[in-house]
Amino acid sequence: MGTAAVKAGRLRTIFRLGLKELVSLRRDIAMLVLIVYGFTVMIYIPASRGMLELKNAAVAVVDEDRSELSRQMVAALPQPYFQIPEPVHWSAVDRVLDAGRYAFVIDIPPRFQADFLAGRQPEVLVDIDATAMSQAGIGAGYIERILREEAAGFGRNGVVAEEAGVKLALRTLFNPNAQESWFVSVMVLINIVNLLSIITSGAALMRERERGTVEHLLTLPLGPFEIVCAKIWANGLVVVAAVGLSLTLMVRGVLGIPLAGSLPLFLAATALYLFTCTAIGIFLATLARSMPQLGLLCILVVFPITTLSGNTVPLDSMPVAIQRVMAFFASTHYVKIAQAVLYRGAGFSTVWPEFLVMAGIGALFFLLALVRFRHTVARQVS
Amino acid sequence: MSAVVRIEDCRHRYGKVDALAGITLELPAGELTGFVGPDGVGKSTLLGLIAGVRELQAGRIEVLGEVAADPKAHRRLCYRIAYMPQGLGHNLYPTLSVWENAEFFGRLFGFGGAERRRRIERLLVAVGLAPFRDRPAGKLSGGMKQKLGLCCALLHEPDLLILDEPTTGVDPLSRRQFWELIDALRQERPGMSVLVATAYMEEAARFGRLVAMDAGRILAVGTAVELLALTGAADMESAYVALLPLEKRRGHEALSIPPRSNGRGEVAIEAYGLTRRFGDFLAVDQVSFRIERGEIFGFLGSNGCGKTTTMKMLTGLLPASAGSASLFGLPVASGNSAMRRRIGFMSQGFSLYTELTVRQNLELHAHVFGLPPSRIETRIGELVSRMELAAYLDALAESLPLGIRQRLSLAVALVHEPELLILDEPTSGVDPVARDRFWEILTELSRDKGVTIFISTHFMNEAARCDRISLMHAGRVLAQGAPAELVREAGVGSLEDAFIAWLERGEAGKPAAEEAMPSLALGAPAPTSHPWFSPRRFRAYVWRESMELVRDPIRLAFALIGPLLLMVVMGYGISLDVEHLPYAALDYDRTPESRRYLEHFAHSRYFEERPPLSGDEDFMERMARGELNFAVEIPPGFGRDLKAGRPAEVGVRIDGSIPFRATTVQGYVEAVHARFRSDMIDESGSRGWTEPLRVETRFRYNPDLKSVYALVPGVIAVMLAVVPPILTAVSVVREKELGSITNLYATPSTRLEFLLGKQLPYVVVGLVNALSLIALALWLFGVPVKGDLSALLLGAALAVAATTAWGLLISAFTGSQIAALFAAFLLSIVPAINFSGFLSPVAAQVGAGAAMGYGFPTYWFLTICVGVFTKSLGFAELYANHAVLAAFVGIYLGGSLLLLRTRAR
Repeated sequence: MGTAAVKAGRLRTIFRLGLKELVSLRRDIAMLVLIVYGFTVMIYIPASRGMLELKNAAVAVVDEDRSELSRQMVAALPQPYFQIPEPVHWSAVDRVLDAGRYAFVIDIPPRFQADFLAGRQPEVLVDIDATAMSQAGIGAGYIERILREEAAGFGRNGVVAEEAGVKLALRTLFNPNAQESWFVSVMVLINIVNLLSIITSGAALMRERERGTVEHLLTLPLGPFEIVCAKIWANGLVVVAAVGLSLTLMVRGVLGIPLAGSLPLFLAATALYLFTCTAIGIFLATLARSMPQLGLLCILVVFPITTLSGNTVPLDSMPVAIQRVMAFFASTHYVKIAQAVLYRGAGFSTVWPEFLVMAGIGALFFLLALVRFRHTVARQVS
Repeated sequence: MSAVVRIEDCRHRYGKVDALAGITLELPAGELTGFVGPDGVGKSTLLGLIAGVRELQAGRIEVLGEVAADPKAHRRLCYRIAYMPQGLGHNLYPTLSVWENAEFFGRLFGFGGAERRRRIERLLVAVGLAPFRDRPAGKLSGGMKQKLGLCCALLHEPDLLILDEPTTGVDPLSRRQFWELIDALRQERPGMSVLVATAYMEEAARFGRLVAMDAGRILAVGTAVELLALTGAADMESAYVALLPLEKRRGHEALSIPPRSNGRGEVAIEAYGLTRRFGDFLAVDQVSFRIERGEIFGFLGSNGCGKTTTMKMLTGLLPASAGSASLFGLPVASGNSAMRRRIGFMSQGFSLYTELTVRQNLELHAHVFGLPPSRIETRIGELVSRMELAAYLDALAESLPLGIRQRLSLAVALVHEPELLILDEPTSGVDPVARDRFWEILTELSRDKGVTIFISTHFMNEAARCDRISLMHAGRVLAQGAPAELVREAGVGSLEDAFIAWLERGEAGKPAAEEAMPSLALGAPAPTSHPWFSPRRFRAYVWRESMELVRDPIRLAFALIGPLLLMVVMGYGISLDVEHLPYAALDYDRTPESRRYLEHFAHSRYFEERPPLSGDEDFMERMARGELNFAVEIPPGFGRDLKAGRPAEVGVRIDGSIPFRATTVQGYVEAVHARFRSDMIDESGSRGWTEPLRVETRFRYNPDLKSVYALVPGVIAVMLAVVPPILTAVSVVREKELGSITNLYATPSTRLEFLLGKQLPYVVVGLVNALSLIALALWLFGVPVKGDLSALLLGAALAVAATTAWGLLISAFTGSQIAALFAAFLLSIVPAINFSGFLSPVAAQVGAGAAMGYGFPTYWFLTICVGVFTKSLGFAELYANHAVLAAFVGIYLGGSLLLLRTRAR
């Protein structure tokens, strides 16, 4: 038999084994439900409510002036950024902040309006619960600006004076209103990809080990290479298809979020990324001795990947050491590609270095999985 | 009172499957009654119902004069019944030693220290386990496990002993010893009744009364002699077949195997000194044999004697530690695929893809073996007709009855027409008719097609059908030869006796346990008080759970190190501090004024300057790559306009792809811009412009707005919300999965003792977690505790109690460990991260979000954590949170108590 024929035979076997994986998945209702749920509901909920943006911040006001100006200033805090401010007594300020009932307390002193009109520079005090990290910094700037603008308008019957000197023209690109849902939807999607691809491939192998079917496969004229490849292409296909559908139907369709770049380019990156994820899943399944152990291992692996790859918190706000370590994880590069392509419309000419790195890491993990597979799968599962 | 058990029209279903289809039976006291029949006929269900560990669905069962279904009667009966479930040591705890296992049962039945020790010692000596008292139960042989199970069952001196397949998979000598024990026991306590289920028809003769069962019905009841006379059969197996309904035994005839005429002298398999070690465990020790082409060679031995390991070495799945094996004259180690094409392998438990149909299974294997596509269809056709699978072609493998599944498995192994078949326990659990049909096929393959067959079994009558057999025990071959020769050589009447003779010969020199057997009688029966909460039983559960946890390194490591690891990851990784933001300038002006403007950015600690931009294209490219967070563009004429006092405009474009950062960047940019303006004004000094009002912003608790002070205390709360429930949920469901939950059903323990006993060790683990997390916060992250530490510690204790109880509640809904794990993870992590106020304050939540926040303990504990660490609070401000946490503990525990079953379904 020529080597070409052997190769063709191998490819056919890999194709066949992959088909088997797909048929198995079709029967696995729980896994299907998890996939559908993951790529729809789990994206919709965080994307539609936001986590880090200033929204519905709870504000209290100690209005010791009770003047027209003080009322106007407080009423000017815009929803949905802030809830309608609730009046509290000055003596309760410490208590409500301690309890975390309000993140902001605005204290307008007595005779504020009078002092203001007389040009005596009255002082507004804004107490901020600085443990409410996601709101404190942004909210403080907001409140200050709004109070100033409102007061300035009051002084000049609503006409804000033209400021002299240098003006600042700020423009936010790619996401003009800085809507968090645009960010969250795609980043959560990546978390789902991480979770599902590692768990499905790991659990599928573990189940086969527990049932003895992998062992059975190894008694056939098959090597770990064929078995692992079959799992990778079948699992990969499912996840890539799910990602494509989720991006078009859920993210673009239901959530109405525009995606800047080329979807096929991103899906190609996803396919490449899944190579690594599936390999990691398989690798973990060779380490564990039972399904529960695999689950515990998965948590210890998926959780850091999810947190540190730059899709929860931007990579560059992390300590440099962590950034360096994370450069060895394919997920970091995948997140970079996702942000570049889907948010900023980058093309292959921009992101090819990340593709290259991802391919390298993927190959490494694939080899590792293969070696472990050969080494352990034949062992008894306790 | 003459009847020990009275059953009236008892029916039981699992989903759509009828397990019991109307059983009516009365059994007199003081007898040894055997329930016979293959797997899946309803024996276990019936015994479980009698023992009261299974919930009665329909009908009525009276045991020892009490109605078994009545919960109060069940509590009383627990002291009088002992139940040993199916499976080797299924109700034992594998990591606990022999003594510890017995100790646990002793405590559950309320024996005090001295009495407990006396009883255990006595029983262990009686069954011959005394020398092994410190060995973990998981490392005992099958026979020893069953003896230990019996000890544990006998501690409380039951009036009714229920044994579900106590000898399946046990070697014949241990089996015989086990029955001798039972006989001795019955002689000492004639009043005791014993119910036994068995799949070994040969054992049936031992029982005073037999109940033959099939498909959830009773075929016949009577003594062995009566049943043999009724059917006119020579042995119990044929008697059983004769009792089966007509349609089941149609086409069945006594199996006859013609003598072998082919392949003499031609060697198919040869093994020499084959040895396999796993660590210090010698699984296979110096096994040698030579099998000729067309021969049916049997490996006979108990579970764990090394049969499977030997087969794995022959198939190349496992490398041998020493020795060699060759197939068709070629060494196995090479493991090439050409060799595998000549072998058909059927592994234990028929490793089929159960989610595929019969046809898909066959096709897959045909493809894998590279059958040409034209050949596949015909080959599958041949196999389907030979194995009589036509009716099931499109049925899923998992839906097939065991016998059919076995034939499919054989068909799969034969798809490529191998010359050698390796079959690992191909017939366990299959009924005699199906087994005979299977053997017909094997005979045909061997005699007509010259296929060599290497088969392992623990059934004596099956071994007797082989051309030659090896008797295997503890990794060694005791004897080898034709079955009849072995019997003759040992000078006994049956193969079983021959095996026992060889075993005894092997153990010669060791003191025979049964001769010195002391009395099994223990004296006083167990104390029969049944309080709803017994501290002794509670302590028994706490003790056992702790021992098991300590001996499971992966779970323990996850429990103790996992939270620390994740805290480091999250504490360092999740930072909302925005610093060192990369930006670049696009200066079209290039005047001192423009440079001065840009200097303000370069001096900010928030920004980090990158090489200047060359133009718009460069800007777009670097922005798309994510290299820059923002760019400052100064138009031509900026300096000129500024000097002339004309309005000038600077453009800043921010990357909005990460909105949180974009908003922050915007704020910083505005601040820098404002500073530039005010510097200009200060310098000119002439305008006299003043601000109309001042806004004084005070960042309370965390003046530098460092996220570490808010997030690290939050991470402690999140970790204590996620890890403890996983541990408790898994620990309860583990018992369900492994079968030891039966001990809750069958002993006098109550649900409360069980739940609290399981919870306490994990509360302790949680407290250790809490302390180590707090230490990490203090010394690694440098977050000081500003408030009242005792408020924090009490909060942590209550939070851990609440979250462990949450895990118990989750375990009530889940059936497998993996489901429990993920349910616990998802149901804890989503509320903990998204709704607890960890990232975004609960005060800013409305509707469902707020409900999720307030409805889980994490918010309340997180408030305590952040309050004590960062806000300098104490009990005076936080006591309400402690009260709410305590309420959660009560609610979750109450819920789990209500949902935990006291019997299996």
